[in-house]
Amino acid sequence: MDFHLSKEQEMVRKMYREFAENEVKPLAEELDEEERFPYETVEKMGKLGMMGIYFPKKYGGAGGDVLSYAMCVEELSKVCGTTGVVVSAHTSLCCAPIYEHGTEEQKMKYLPDLLSGKKIGAFGLTEPNAGTDASGQQTVAVLEGDHYVLNGSKCFITNGNVADTFVVFAMTDPKAGNHGISAFIVEKSFPGFSTGKHEKKMGIRGSSTCDLIFEDCIVPKENLLGQEGKGFKIAMMTLDGGRIGIAAQALGLGEGAVEEAIKYTQERVQFKKRLSQFQNTQFQIADMHTRMQAAQFLVYNAAMKKENHEPYSMDAAMAKLFAAEAASDVTRRAVQLFGGYGYTREYPVERMMRDAKITEIYEGTSEVQRMVISSHLGVK
Amino acid sequence: MSTFNSSDIAAFNGGVWVFCEQRQGEMMPTSFELISEGRKLADELNTKLYGLLLGDKVEGIAKELGGYGADGVYVCENPLLANYTTDGYTKVICDVIEELKPEVMLFGATNIGRDLGPRCAARLHTGLCADCTHLDIDVPKYKEFLRSSSTLADKMIDSIPEDDRNLKMTRPAFGGHLMATIICPRFRPAMATVRPGVMKKNEFNQAKADACEIIKPSFTLTQADMETEVVEIVKAAKKLVDLIGADVVVSVGRGISKDVETGIKLAEELAEVLGGVVGASRAVVDSGWMSADHQVGQTGKTVHPRIYVALGISGAIQHKAGMQDSECIIAVNKNENAPIFETADYGICGDLFKVTPMLIEAIKSAQAAK
Amino acid sequence: MKIIVCVKQVPDTSGKVAVNPDGTLNRASMAAITNPDDLNAVEAALTLKEQTGAEVVIVSMGPPPAEAMLREVMARGADRAVLVSAREFGGSDTYATSQILAAAINKIGIEDEDIVMCGRQAIDGDTAQVGPQIAEKLGLPQVSYAADIKKDGNTLTIKRMLEDGYMTIKVKTPCLITCIKELNEPRYMSVGGIFECYEKPFEILDYNALKDDPLIDATTIGLKGSPTNIFKSFTPPQKGVGMMMEGADKDTCDKLAGMLAAKHLI
Repeated sequence: MDFHLSKEQEMVRKMYREFAENEVKPLAEELDEEERFPYETVEKMGKLGMMGIYFPKKYGGAGGDVLSYAMCVEELSKVCGTTGVVVSAHTSLCCAPIYEHGTEEQKMKYLPDLLSGKKIGAFGLTEPNAGTDASGQQTVAVLEGDHYVLNGSKCFITNGNVADTFVVFAMTDPKAGNHGISAFIVEKSFPGFSTGKHEKKMGIRGSSTCDLIFEDCIVPKENLLGQEGKGFKIAMMTLDGGRIGIAAQALGLGEGAVEEAIKYTQERVQFKKRLSQFQNTQFQIADMHTRMQAAQFLVYNAAMKKENHEPYSMDAAMAKLFAAEAASDVTRRAVQLFGGYGYTREYPVERMMRDAKITEIYEGTSEVQRMVISSHLGVK
Repeated sequence: MSTFNSSDIAAFNGGVWVFCEQRQGEMMPTSFELISEGRKLADELNTKLYGLLLGDKVEGIAKELGGYGADGVYVCENPLLANYTTDGYTKVICDVIEELKPEVMLFGATNIGRDLGPRCAARLHTGLCADCTHLDIDVPKYKEFLRSSSTLADKMIDSIPEDDRNLKMTRPAFGGHLMATIICPRFRPAMATVRPGVMKKNEFNQAKADACEIIKPSFTLTQADMETEVVEIVKAAKKLVDLIGADVVVSVGRGISKDVETGIKLAEELAEVLGGVVGASRAVVDSGWMSADHQVGQTGKTVHPRIYVALGISGAIQHKAGMQDSECIIAVNKNENAPIFETADYGICGDLFKVTPMLIEAIKSAQAAK
Repeated sequence: MKIIVCVKQVPDTSGKVAVNPDGTLNRASMAAITNPDDLNAVEAALTLKEQTGAEVVIVSMGPPPAEAMLREVMARGADRAVLVSAREFGGSDTYATSQILAAAINKIGIEDEDIVMCGRQAIDGDTAQVGPQIAEKLGLPQVSYAADIKKDGNTLTIKRMLEDGYMTIKVKTPCLITCIKELNEPRYMSVGGIFECYEKPFEILDYNALKDDPLIDATTIGLKGSPTNIFKSFTPPQKGVGMMMEGADKDTCDKLAGMLAAKHLI
């Protein structure tokens, strides 16, 4: 395995850092406090190619690679978990399935606006009664002439209230179980489509999360994504890729907390010593950094495998499992090192701790990742 | 120009010259500072000091330069010189220098001096040192300067040969982290732009002003020499500065609580005198005494001005995070154990309501003495 | 139409600056960045490119690793880059540097519609001399301290900042402009630009490539051709730990003001 970044990857990381420091960090506290979506940042990221990093220029993408995408989510999440997941959900859960499973017409119709950030994408799979068990889909799609009619609802949809374009899953053949699920590209303006209220969350509070409601929603036949009945496979493949994004988000959150802890403990004086001079601090920070470094290797490995079209499902699951748990642990430890200040909103570590928790839950809980990994190992 | 050879340095015996900048017929204050400094250099070189004044109908303001030490002033008048242009001024200055061959030529490091100086040096083929803060000819004096203003070991200072007669031009580099003394040994005139406000102005002497000789060198300048056209000149109203870009920040903390209005007013006065803006600690902003855009610190702005004054600020870690990289930190606080004193370059333990007015006066008189 | 932008790679002096015991700068310890004012010049050029379709050519003098910086400038949108690099050019002061850069710009070629842009000054030397000196060597009119640039045909209207206001200046191309940070907000590199920048044309001009230009002569370039020399370099006295003033009366304040004046802080 080659752990060296290319010149372009080094350069793109530098650019993400500058962007994150100047454009994203100053907004992070406000987005969290006011539960506000960072529209202005999305517009800037769109112009810079950050909303379509690893897609070909032909479709309006930036012509980069999957690792450069993971690094983008990582660098954004170091300073703002909300902004990280906006990019991750848009890229991995909406742009990727359209690019990987769409027809040429669908790609030319939807990708240019999505990849340039003019439109935001989202993904609708989870339902009130189909969470971890995604096969229990209750939304149905019935073909009537030149269109499908969708009925049902989705919940906890990231970017739900802000997206224009959705990749949505529904049962076209309820008797066929997993093989009866199909994927659709749904536009916000389609008749019968609406979104529910904004969910109030513990963390990533600037990110939009809501229900999607389909009441006799008319979806043109040509908006079927892939073949009828292949939806479950598309969903699982999409989530494999999505896990790289979420793993990168967790990675960034943990790394951001380590950076903050290093800075703070070198300044804060108690008992006439800097906190960094206490062995407890030194050992804590050594452990925290080591965990995040290990997470980074797992995340980058999964990203490179996806880039090289190697099987990466298990790698993505391991990256997400490890990075998410490491991020939760490391951000919690950072709060502890900050003491009382860490518990206040004066410093960003309490926000990072709240943001980190979701990475153990969405796009497959840690328990689901363990199921995926063990099943790849033949332990069934 | 082909006959001009600035490397024949012995031929340059025309004295020390100072470009005396005027704008709209009004002498720039830095001209008097430079004349005063030029006097010192001319004395060390045992030569004469001349001002060089360009403009249209400016002869009337020339003699005042004599009062600060000029033996004479070369006055070049032409309607085309009324407003500063790079082309017009460069042509006249270079033609006159080629003719009269000064040994040293100083410019104020104003936006105009820093436009004009390099262009002239390039045309004359000589060296120019930018934005100098200290000038010497005599080595013993230079050594004295190094002993007080450098970290060089004594033996390194002692080893400098005493007979060097070059103009030694000292300037900060790398944001002031490093100082360099530059010489121009093979070409003349040795040229420098000098930072305004640094050189001390001599006492004005009316008799010397009256005795100052006005000389009008011949030169030619026609419209054909002018490649740029000044369309308008606009004087700015009061300069607006933001906290982050400010050169000086005077911040107030919880210490102003017993009389908020006066506390803020004192900070504004001090900021005005120092040419800066007013900032605040989080406590002041949270109490609604000042708006959030004034806040310095972890959740506010990070500043690194030349001077940061903390009035009645205890110096919590989150405040220090926003200001500890300031070049010079002055703290006034009643509590001698306030953590701000650990970060401050100068601390005064006292009541800000009493100390600040005295500080304002002291700074005013120190400025007037310059 | 073409816009040639001069950029310099400089050590980042905004953070901690390390100085060797002998008083020279420990460059290895500092990150190399593109000089900030030069990025304003690049941005001005890219803005004009968007308006006019002009080609933006970046030129820099420096050692071979400066290529990385030039690639970054191309990742922001510049079309091609020229690195002027040779041992003979080392040790040049501003005069010699401007001779060499002027020769390089001659090699690139200046036509009637072209503009040369520079940053106001570089943060390592802070001289602000190379721009005007290049203009002199190329025989171009110059406008320094530009805070606004408007182009109408071959006429540029430029807002040139002064300490106490500004001048509005009209000048015709070809000309040289030095740019200040008030002029614009430099754009970021773009992801697409980054993945293209190693495919864009990059050329090195060495001594042999420039030696036939009359500006290039052993007596006018490099250390030997530099009119100025460093006589001594040194560090100012270190900032000590804080000093508590005695008392809090008028004398205390006068003493403090005196110390500030002695340090040229006021």
